[in-house]
Amino acid sequence: MNVDRVANFPGARAPDRAWRIDADGVGLAAYEWGDPAAPPVLCVHGGFDFARTFDVFAPKLADAGWRVVSWDQRGHGDSDRAELYSWDADLRDSLAVFDEVSPHRPLPVIGHSKGGGMMIQLADAQPYRFSHIVNLDGIPYQSRIPDVAEHTRTKMIASEIAGWLEHRRGTATAERKPGTVDELAERRGRMNPRLSKDWLRYLVTVGAREDSDGWRWKIDPTMRFGGFGPWRPEWAVLRLPGLAAPFLAVLGRAPEAMGWGTEPERVLPFLPPGGRCEILDDVGHFVHIEQSDLVAALVLEHLGSPR
Amino acid sequence: MSAGPTVLRHNRVDLALHQLRPGDGRPLLLLHGLGERSPADVPSWLDGWTGPIAALDFTGHGDSTIPSGGGYTAELLLADADAALAALGQATVFGRGLGAYIALQLAGARPADVVGAVLGDGPGLAGGATFPTSQSFFMLPQADGPPDPYALAELSRDLRPPDYAAAFVRLALAGSHLEEPITVVAVFRPPWLEAVAAEPGVAQSSIGEALTQYSRA
Repeated sequence: MNVDRVANFPGARAPDRAWRIDADGVGLAAYEWGDPAAPPVLCVHGGFDFARTFDVFAPKLADAGWRVVSWDQRGHGDSDRAELYSWDADLRDSLAVFDEVSPHRPLPVIGHSKGGGMMIQLADAQPYRFSHIVNLDGIPYQSRIPDVAEHTRTKMIASEIAGWLEHRRGTATAERKPGTVDELAERRGRMNPRLSKDWLRYLVTVGAREDSDGWRWKIDPTMRFGGFGPWRPEWAVLRLPGLAAPFLAVLGRAPEAMGWGTEPERVLPFLPPGGRCEILDDVGHFVHIEQSDLVAALVLEHLGSPR
Repeated sequence: MSAGPTVLRHNRVDLALHQLRPGDGRPLLLLHGLGERSPADVPSWLDGWTGPIAALDFTGHGDSTIPSGGGYTAELLLADADAALAALGQATVFGRGLGAYIALQLAGARPADVVGAVLGDGPGLAGGATFPTSQSFFMLPQADGPPDPYALAELSRDLRPPDYAAAFVRLALAGSHLEEPITVVAVFRPPWLEAVAAEPGVAQSSIGEALTQYSRA
């Protein structure tokens, strides 16, 4: 991409280095900020996001002495578009990054949204990989299907499944809709109404590509927001009490479309021993973007000195 | 079978749809079990079906594409089966093992197009847990041929809560013109299938009886 086309945003800094890693045949794009010899910390992005959404947050940690590494999950950003997508596949892909960045040594991990939920599960399954856990508004709890009468629920599920299958029938030829930087920023703004237009424009220039007919988000068009399956969001909190690594959650109280819809207070009974939960009033799902200085300070305090 | 399979494109996967027996009328769609592939000839246990028979190789199985890096879910296989249904039009579905679970989902997802789903024994019938587990995550050796090891690993442990499975029965019953759009012929009844069998609109019989019943529908 022509760097001249990258919009400016105060505090945003492109990664210092970028590289690729093979996750069993799926190529992942990885990025890092800070001294390459500094102790590493991983940042895991959320669904429909990408590593460069940490362009403001990551430099704050890097400037405090950390080597901050993030990667685009399969189908997101500059990583390969895969044949299949699943939560478990994303978790397994992350092992390739852990093994590359910190083989046989635990390291601090920061996860936002879906990335936070994923890391709760991985920390439960493979605790030896984690020295600290930070969860940025990434604790699933509440089901997206509301508590309604059975026949209404059946109709909602039928509609969701039919919509998903129709989407799948079109995936072989699916393409993202092109537009100008402003149009893509406006579309994303519908999902992120609390984020500034300047930030959304910046995101377009690092998360979309410019084709001859306009800009398109890089995310695989076969991916679709929502979906259905047997997994229940409320199961995620059941793993929290057993986590061994020092745990910090930073949750925004203001609900947003891309969030899990979790009421922060419902999480408190499930915190692991010594775990800490900071609830930010009048802050939405993207806590590290809306309040980057505050959240970076909380995270740095939780992680302690880099060593 | 002389001609090669029909190739259906599902996302970036080529699916092989085999014609086991040509003919007129509503076809029977056969969905194989976990780790299996479509049979080369009509199995004797399908003698009760006199019409055309097609059989689908799921992603990572038989002549279908083996993807890189896994990522299998039952719901993705449902979309595989839905691609076959789109090619065949209305069909009766027979599923073995994992294929039975997918046949149930297809009957619930496309109740107007699935004229009866028969759920039979076979590999992958039980699936995984019905609650959150402590299962871990590992890279597997690259597949040098079907079936894909990731398919075997991931689809043998997918979550199958009984109430989730039962919801597909209710969807099938709500959208089908049949009074009993699903028939359980499996002897082994893991929890999800016990729940399905207990739902209104689910018959229990032999394979032959089920096929005869649905062929007349």
